[in-house]
Amino acid sequence: MDKRTALYVHHEQLGAKFVPFAGWSMPVQYSGTLAEHAAVRERAGLFDVSHMGLFCVEGPDASALLQYLTPNDLARIGDGQAQYSMFLNDTGGVVDDIIIYRERADRFLIVVNAGNLEKDWHWIMAHQRGDVRVTDLSKDTALIALQGPKAQAMLQPLVAGDLATLKRFGFRHDTIAGVPVTVARTGYTGSPGFEMFVPSASAGVAWKALLDAGTSHGILPCGLGARDTLRLEMAYPLHGHEISEKISPLEARLDWVLKLDKPEFIGRDALRTQRDKGLARVLVGLRMTDSGIPRDGYSVVHAHKPVGYVTSGTMSPSLKVGIGLALVPPALSTPGTMLAVDIRGRERAAEVVATPFFKPAQ
Amino acid sequence: MHCPDDLKYTKEHEWVRYDGKIATIGITEHAAEQLGDVVFVELPEEGESVNKGDTLGVVESVKAVSDIYSPIAGEVVEVNSALKNSPEQIGSDAYGDGWFVKLEVTNPDELDELMSAAAYNKFLAQESA
Repeated sequence: MDKRTALYVHHEQLGAKFVPFAGWSMPVQYSGTLAEHAAVRERAGLFDVSHMGLFCVEGPDASALLQYLTPNDLARIGDGQAQYSMFLNDTGGVVDDIIIYRERADRFLIVVNAGNLEKDWHWIMAHQRGDVRVTDLSKDTALIALQGPKAQAMLQPLVAGDLATLKRFGFRHDTIAGVPVTVARTGYTGSPGFEMFVPSASAGVAWKALLDAGTSHGILPCGLGARDTLRLEMAYPLHGHEISEKISPLEARLDWVLKLDKPEFIGRDALRTQRDKGLARVLVGLRMTDSGIPRDGYSVVHAHKPVGYVTSGTMSPSLKVGIGLALVPPALSTPGTMLAVDIRGRERAAEVVATPFFKPAQ
Repeated sequence: MHCPDDLKYTKEHEWVRYDGKIATIGITEHAAEQLGDVVFVELPEEGESVNKGDTLGVVESVKAVSDIYSPIAGEVVEVNSALKNSPEQIGSDAYGDGWFVKLEVTNPDELDELMSAAAYNKFLAQESA
């Protein structure tokens, strides 16, 4: 049987439709993906993302280990700050993309993708060195995301701290409905909002308090369907699609995550070589100019010849046009370039566009 | 779930309304509900001939692409082009405004091979068991 988060019974009560995802039974939608997407863009949406993994890495050598395992530079963040990063393999491929939260110089939390939890755990174990202790907090911790322009206004009365002083990628310990919570100003939607860690045993209390507080603001519970359409409008990568063990962060245009002058980290030399040789393919945004929806795996065509493929695609609920991300040769990656997507045997025109596709109301 | 008694049904969750000459075809409420929000519809061309089991078109939800199969042989005489701008009609009025195509039926005997509303309901109950 698929695993269930601590909030499963709440999703059932809300009428969620469930799908299997990475070994979990997760809500894909409650009232409908389009309505939920619109709620996040216009008001607020609430997501249970407890299926994701959470590790703690602590000890005097914790920072050194993480600097070795990741390409971003942890020296850029202080206590109470988080950083988007990744675990790379030695060919520069992406084992997983992660967010690292620095609690103290010797204590870090890491959120990892649900589908890569075991792999990431073994990866850390295989490379662990020095005076470090690693623990898996996944089962004990629920993760709830509150996203939308009304998120801060509706969350403020529930917490003790002044949210206006919590900067982007900052996090702090607080309480919500009497429950201890770590509130981070992070998210995967592009709309403003927060991600909150609460003990699994108290997840229901926090979830209900948030839904109740959000009712007058028009909050909706949101499932994985909306999570995907929202992130795709922002061109945020999804591991297994835009990045993977076979797709490097350079190809995925995530150069900004990579500090290639940092002292030795796994994958550094492979990435330097890729950068120096030039890339054979890069990720671009595609916006359909013919009707149709580009989908994961569809061939991208130029002058009637296949040149690449779509990594993710959907009908953008905000723009009401098909959008996708695709890997194509660098020569065809300039915005304005006309390409085509092979949709069920017919070439449908698409334009390379700059990303994000959409600028959500803040 | 209410399935209109005057329609015939298929295992692929299509419905057929036959007036003696023309068959109107759509997908059932059950199928629409399984799909979730419909965001795109690909319709056949008027004049196209189809055999039983041929792909008539495609209904796309946010996440998935679903083929629509013709329950019977016929020639496409009309398509519901309103679905191009309002694909959500498939979900909001599956047996009415959500209709997909109208076929001039080649062989009315093929309609006898389809399920009644009662048989379709039974089929749905077995599927979900």
